[in-house]
Amino acid sequence: MNFDFSDDQRLLQDAVRSMLAENSTSQAVREVLEGRATYCAKVWRNLNEMGAATAALPEAYGGAGLGYLELCLVAEEAGRHLAAVPLSSSIYLAAEAVLRAGSEAQKQRWLPGIAQGEVIATAALGGSERYRAPQPLAFDGQRLDGTSPVLLDGAIAQLAILQVGTELILVDLNGPGVKRIALPTVDPTRPLAQIAFTATPAERLATADGAAVARRVLDGAAVLLAFEQVGGAARSLELARDYSLERKAFGRQIGSFQALKHKMADIYTRIELARAHAYYGAWALASDAPELPRAAAAARVAATRAFLFAAEEGIELHGGIGFTWEMDCHLYYRRARHLAQVIGSEHAWRARLADELIKEAA
Amino acid sequence: MDFKDTPEEAAFREEVRAWLAANGQRRTRADEMFGEGLDEAAKLARAKAWQAKKAAAGYAAITWPREAGGLGGTAMQQVIYQQEEAAYLVPQMIFEVSIGMGLPTVLRWAAPELKARFLRPGLAGEEIWCQLFSEPGAGSDTGAVRTRAVRDGDAWVVNGQKVWTSSAHFGDYGILLARTDWDKPKQEGLTMFIVDLKAPGVEIRPIHQMSGDSEFNEVFFTDVRIPDQYRLGPEGGGWKVMLSTLMQERLSVGGNLPTDLHEHLIELARTCTWDERPAIEDARVRARIADAYLDQQGVALIISRGLTALSKGKTPGPEMSITKLVAAKAMQDISSFAMELAGTEGLLGADALGGDWPYLQRLWLGSPGARIAGGTDEVLRNVIAERVLGLPGEVRTDRNVPFRDLDRA
Ligand SMILES: Cc1cc2nc3c(=O)[nH]c(=O)nc-3n(C[C@H](O)[C@H](O)[C@H](O)COP(=O)(O)OP(=O)(O)OC[C@H]3O[C@@H](n4cnc5c(N)ncnc54)[C@H](O)[C@@H]3O)c2cc1C
Repeated sequence: MNFDFSDDQRLLQDAVRSMLAENSTSQAVREVLEGRATYCAKVWRNLNEMGAATAALPEAYGGAGLGYLELCLVAEEAGRHLAAVPLSSSIYLAAEAVLRAGSEAQKQRWLPGIAQGEVIATAALGGSERYRAPQPLAFDGQRLDGTSPVLLDGAIAQLAILQVGTELILVDLNGPGVKRIALPTVDPTRPLAQIAFTATPAERLATADGAAVARRVLDGAAVLLAFEQVGGAARSLELARDYSLERKAFGRQIGSFQALKHKMADIYTRIELARAHAYYGAWALASDAPELPRAAAAARVAATRAFLFAAEEGIELHGGIGFTWEMDCHLYYRRARHLAQVIGSEHAWRARLADELIKEAA
Repeated sequence: MDFKDTPEEAAFREEVRAWLAANGQRRTRADEMFGEGLDEAAKLARAKAWQAKKAAAGYAAITWPREAGGLGGTAMQQVIYQQEEAAYLVPQMIFEVSIGMGLPTVLRWAAPELKARFLRPGLAGEEIWCQLFSEPGAGSDTGAVRTRAVRDGDAWVVNGQKVWTSSAHFGDYGILLARTDWDKPKQEGLTMFIVDLKAPGVEIRPIHQMSGDSEFNEVFFTDVRIPDQYRLGPEGGGWKVMLSTLMQERLSVGGNLPTDLHEHLIELARTCTWDERPAIEDARVRARIADAYLDQQGVALIISRGLTALSKGKTPGPEMSITKLVAAKAMQDISSFAMELAGTEGLLGADALGGDWPYLQRLWLGSPGARIAGGTDEVLRNVIAERVLGLPGEVRTDRNVPFRDLDRA
């Protein structure tokens, strides 16, 4: 058994970590938070040039051709540094959908642009919770009408993959009849938008079974997002731990209070459980194992809980100062919430996990 | 045991209803906020106008003696008033520190002529009060305050800094905890004062909080003169005065947990679908609706027990810490679940969604502060463990040492 990443994979992770430490600073992330930028262009460019964002895309389409294990470690660092870039929209969702469902021509047409970071892409592939009555999209084989569901990075994307019935539709957002509606979000560092289409030219992705591909892509995204969550949670805990060594009350470091030690030990324990599930998910994703649906759902649930807990208690451990705009605690609180809901909430993934377990037990 | 009004209580309820109907404005939506759409100055002016009417009718401080501006009423009457007022659009938070903490401290400790000076305008909302206890180096450990008050004839000269002072940006007066003796152990060298926040040498800087709002402040004191007459309680008696204030605070917090959050969840769950079915039919959603009720109603009932004790002349003690401990975390959990109900759409900003969302997202962004303000979750657990259950305290090295020496360490 070898349940760990290789030295080469860790080297890539280290390189991404140093790049992000330098460029995805609190200040850079706040440019997006406070609406002065729509994403961190420099970070995005670097992630693409390093072959980090495109680690799992085949070389034939301009990717680095490394694999999913590498991409998982990139995701962990992105989460850790709150990278405000279209990694999940372009790479985990849209590129994966084109790769798995597109014709050769469709792949040749779009993937190299995505791999170079020139084309930002997004996708909406289902999710089981709905709030507002959906406005169904209509596709007549050539043109698309209606309003999309909420799309990650929808305001800046040039390509969208949308599910219409059981089909996956590819639409060039530079085409006619596209109206973007940017929407305020609880985590403005990962913006959302809707897009209204009026007779916009669009085409089917080649696959015969769009729903199955969508499911498969979501499982992959669940694993990758779990790495982002583990990275964000681990950083939240570090910030709290460091502060608890510095801050004094009642003549002691607050980190010497057992109440805080146990709280931090609990956070750590949940993160490490989530990390173990995420690693297992990474293995299943990289080896295209039949266990993927189970492993992905487990990673998603464990990592969602770990990050929410670490972010909530991260503020609490800081006391009053943790409640201020200037401290980064709330950036993690917001990102934890974003990641918890962006491809559907915990409950649906927990149900999916139970479904898989029951199926396997039959 | 009986939750029905006695004939006297029923009569009081009728009086309150009639007064509110004649003077107040009913809510049209459950989450409608006082002064919606008004700017801060206009909202404050309208809030003060409302408070003035309320005080004139005696409802600003129902349990206070009449000569102090109250109604000489019972704690139950106070509850009845609050229950009835809940249906009306009234200011929230603006007078909370005044009525809940500042003025009760003045009532209990100030000289008669100061009571005559401050109580009436405070109850009427003409002057707003703040609580100036916390400092950068003294939060949970309030006894460690370093703001210095030095006697100069019949006045005190104050230098130092307070932080997290709610409402100071529109406040008029504050109760200020300062160190007057550096040679006594930390809690014994403190004295409480009334401070005029408009006095020369007071500088107030709003703090930008994580929600994006600025409801609390840093307050700096540079050679601020306070007449000795404004001292509350004896010199060196500040700790005891502060505990009496916190006791008041304990009675009023927890009561901040709305009791209708499960209704918001029900409303949302009726609108949302999970797997194409109404979320309200899903057993997991129903379980969370039940959980929301358990916490909210539990807190409300514990407060009722506290009030009953109060009406029998007993003082509810540290066990009332339970209410804030449960309430603040419940706010966080319930608002989080509300957002999760709507999946990806639940991430949209409240402005885009309308309905209950501005309210629920405010709770979600405010709850981390509620878990810290007025004693953190951890400090409240210590209070319950040590002061209710009688468990031994942590080993302390800062108790019997002159503060001057601690400060050096
Ligand atoms: C929204 C808001 C409004 C406020 N309004 C006011 C106001 O109007 N006036 C005012 O005076 N103050 C106000 N405060 C300040 C508040 O009372 C303090 O923030 C609070 O007491 C915590 O102190 P601190 O921020 O210094 O954190 P610290 O005391 O430094 O706490 C940091 C961490 O250490 C933990 N900790 C500390 N001591 C112990 C211990 N003995 N055992 C276990 N854990 C411990 C805490 O639980 C916390 O997790 C407000 C705070 C907030 C958030």
